Amino acid sequence: MLTPDRIVSTVCPFCGVGCNMQLHIKDNFIYHVSAPFDSPVNHGNLCVKGRFGTDFLYHPKRITRPLLRRKPQKPGERTQAFDLEEWREVSWDEALDFVADRLVEIYRNYGPDAMAVYCCAKATNEDNYLLQKLYRALFRTNNVDHCTRLCHAASVVALQMAIGSSAMSNTAAEVIENDVFILTGSNPTENHPIIALQMKAAVRKYGAKLIVVDPRRIEMVDYATLYLPLKPGTDVPVFSAMAHVILKEGLYNREFIEQRTENFEAFAASMEKFTPEVAEEISGVPRHLIIEAARMYATARNAAIYWALGIPESTHGTANALSLINLALLTGHIGRRGTGLNPLRGQNNVQGASDMGAMPWHYPGYQRVDHEENAQRWERLWNVEPGGLNRRRGLTTTEILSAVGPHGVRALYIMGENPMMSEPDLNHTRQKMSELEFLVAQDLFINESGAFADVFLPAVSWAEKDGTFTNTDRRVQRVRRAIPPRGQSRADWEILCDLAKRIERKLGRRQSAYWDYSHPAEIMEEIRRGVPEYGGITYERLDREGGLQTPVWDEKHPGTPYLFAETFPRGRGKFHPLDYVPNAEMPDEEYPLVLSTGRVLEHWHGGTMTRHSWVDDLYPEPLVEIHPHDASTLGIEDGDAVRVTSRRASIVLRARVTEKTNRGVVFIPFHFHEAAANLLTHDQLDPLAKIPEYKAAVVRITKARPEELAGRPAPQPRGRI
Amino acid sequence: MTANLVQFTLDGTPAQAPAGTTILKAAQQLGIAIPTICYHDYCTANALCRICVVEVKGARVLVPACTATVQDGMEIHTQSERVQRARRVILEMLYSTVDLSEAPEIEAMAAAYDVDCQRFPQAEPRRPPLIDDNPMYVRDYAKCILCWRCVQVCAEDAQYTYAINFKGRGYETQISTFYEVPMPESTCVFCGQCIGVCPTGALKFKRQYLLEIGYAIEEILQMTRSERGGRRRRAERSA
Repeated sequence: MLTPDRIVSTVCPFCGVGCNMQLHIKDNFIYHVSAPFDSPVNHGNLCVKGRFGTDFLYHPKRITRPLLRRKPQKPGERTQAFDLEEWREVSWDEALDFVADRLVEIYRNYGPDAMAVYCCAKATNEDNYLLQKLYRALFRTNNVDHCTRLCHAASVVALQMAIGSSAMSNTAAEVIENDVFILTGSNPTENHPIIALQMKAAVRKYGAKLIVVDPRRIEMVDYATLYLPLKPGTDVPVFSAMAHVILKEGLYNREFIEQRTENFEAFAASMEKFTPEVAEEISGVPRHLIIEAARMYATARNAAIYWALGIPESTHGTANALSLINLALLTGHIGRRGTGLNPLRGQNNVQGASDMGAMPWHYPGYQRVDHEENAQRWERLWNVEPGGLNRRRGLTTTEILSAVGPHGVRALYIMGENPMMSEPDLNHTRQKMSELEFLVAQDLFINESGAFADVFLPAVSWAEKDGTFTNTDRRVQRVRRAIPPRGQSRADWEILCDLAKRIERKLGRRQSAYWDYSHPAEIMEEIRRGVPEYGGITYERLDREGGLQTPVWDEKHPGTPYLFAETFPRGRGKFHPLDYVPNAEMPDEEYPLVLSTGRVLEHWHGGTMTRHSWVDDLYPEPLVEIHPHDASTLGIEDGDAVRVTSRRASIVLRARVTEKTNRGVVFIPFHFHEAAANLLTHDQLDPLAKIPEYKAAVVRITKARPEELAGRPAPQPRGRI
Repeated sequence: MTANLVQFTLDGTPAQAPAGTTILKAAQQLGIAIPTICYHDYCTANALCRICVVEVKGARVLVPACTATVQDGMEIHTQSERVQRARRVILEMLYSTVDLSEAPEIEAMAAAYDVDCQRFPQAEPRRPPLIDDNPMYVRDYAKCILCWRCVQVCAEDAQYTYAINFKGRGYETQISTFYEVPMPESTCVFCGQCIGVCPTGALKFKRQYLLEIGYAIEEILQMTRSERGGRRRRAERSA
């Protein structure tokens, strides 16, 4: 029996649930992962990624020395270098000097608008805080964003418009206190597995009724009282028809509407047109299901709504989210325990990175960059001369890439993201990446994006550094260094401090914005001073009390399990009138199927982590899910090679014939570079949130020859040592 | 749960607890430890292992403290001679068939109850071969005491996946997938909840197992890393 050298308590690096985990370590090798049973987040449970998927950090392809490209890259002729032969190992000093020189040169030549940075929802709060500080305070640009733009941007915008805050309003574990809950655009058994366990328990043990509204027949449908199988992109008609029924039948909460909301009349008038008949016509959901769902939700004592990326990732994502918020305001199912609006955040620290101002319109704490007093506050905190910080809103993730060119963005810094897998319409992304004048990648592996870079800075994984993550229910938790950095890799915050000092010197700034932290705890002290919601968070408290749910106003404040008990941050909750807008692409004769993209249980996003882990063995190749009816029409059988073609590209992969997807809808996970789903998606954006429509590109499917599977080996029995 | 308090005596001390409290919890609150094996704070108690039995005056048989609740007027003895003998025999029978070398809590219990590990030399130890049918974990049912925790967390206590259950009867009883299909062909989602609650090391990360039988870390990583990648790399090398 093994005795561990040490057992380190930390937080899972995968999804937004933020499970607590314990790493059992022998000779710096994580040989066992357990979970504390007294954790309020996961009660001893983990999913396959957290339990088994943490070994990517030992993968031989991991880069642990700074690299410079041997051949200088020119804009327009930039190429991808996956082979180490094309790189030269250099010292940290040489790498950081080079990065500082080039960034300062480009900043001097082209100004702040030429600079842009992708922060990282996988990195810690402290890492993200420093990176946005570096770009805002030194390069005077707000071109700072991260993958939140590609995930819940529309939910954030809609919640800000209607309520004034953008996080989950409940604690995830409160789901057992719901009498009724709606789950839409979310597949929690695969994407938030531990929240799914709580949802299953809510139904099976606590008698909650579940309403699933989703274009896929996900596993949670097995637990549902009602399942509304809507066509992709018809969320507004379905939820507005529910509002219509609630209005017509007088099931709304008059007292709540009078005391806590505004704009009810205009909203009610706009719901007039969404009769259940109209909604059935557009969405394909039988009217009686819509009526029943409306009654069930409205008459529940405690009801809540949970949604994930099926709602925001649309050209009308903001409207989709507003249609849900309208329902909560109409029935008063918000602001009490067990009621609320809950966007399930994807990444382990997407809530935190957003809180830390890794967004183009906000300083840390959602303080708008175009408000003078905010700019002045941060100028004081960062020792920037008055008027020094940029007051203009910066570019979003997708806009940054679109703006690449001689008069636009010239230099891009990517910390841990992989736009070459995660952006829509990847051929366009590839073109734009190649036009960059300078690209820095800070990551563990040379992924599809890092391969374009001039400089590769080897960062460490979550197990090799200290810091904090903020999970989907706003819980700030400690991430602890469990093993020393592999090779010469360094913690992101250390790399950024060293780089910032060099840049500051070269820019000749008279006063330093301050980069002499000796530990992430000191960075958190600075964050506390600027972000009131983090005012009471200290490492000492996190170590003693475990996680703290923001807002935590001061050191005595216990944290906030659920939001909006008294009032909404914007004062009154605002109803929004809505209209139905079809998706940017609608199926036609040429492209009859709607493609939805997403994740599977075993993998994470662009695959940088899980495809370098042994969990890859559990789901080793891309598959397109297609309904048996559509498959038989096309003469496709389970396991056949098929070609999926959209207006932009085509990919070849195996088909999985399954009733998990409904007729007319196909699903492809986006983890696999061999058949990247995002080659097919389009980059039409939601006008308000600038989020792309990942969930609805139209495609056609044809049979392909097996040899077109690009050398992918046949599925094999898994497992044996 | 009602706030009704019931009165009882525990090892001679008068005490009270809310109705519905198990004897185990009531004893814990009074600072009296009752040994448990199959019981887990976060699993449903099923009174399978019987190590927590206590003597209740007037009851025909010993009662399991993990599921029996305190009642008015109960006179409970947690360390009577009858209780001690029962616990000792349970442990001796476990030792006669199961490999308990990785169950330190049970080993400590055996010491405390003065257990003779060789009490039943004629007993046939259960030594089914180690099952290695998936990339993530191995199952060594020679170490399994059939506490049922893994089955429960695979079902309603956590995961609602129902990949495993008992098979066989009596001495042949063993935890298994349905029809003994390999784990990847079952409904298993590889959450590892079962490993998290296993008290005897019967369920184990494959990498931990390989480390224990003497492989070096680098070897282990190579052995368990994507076979397809390995095969492709090997093919490239030989080409």
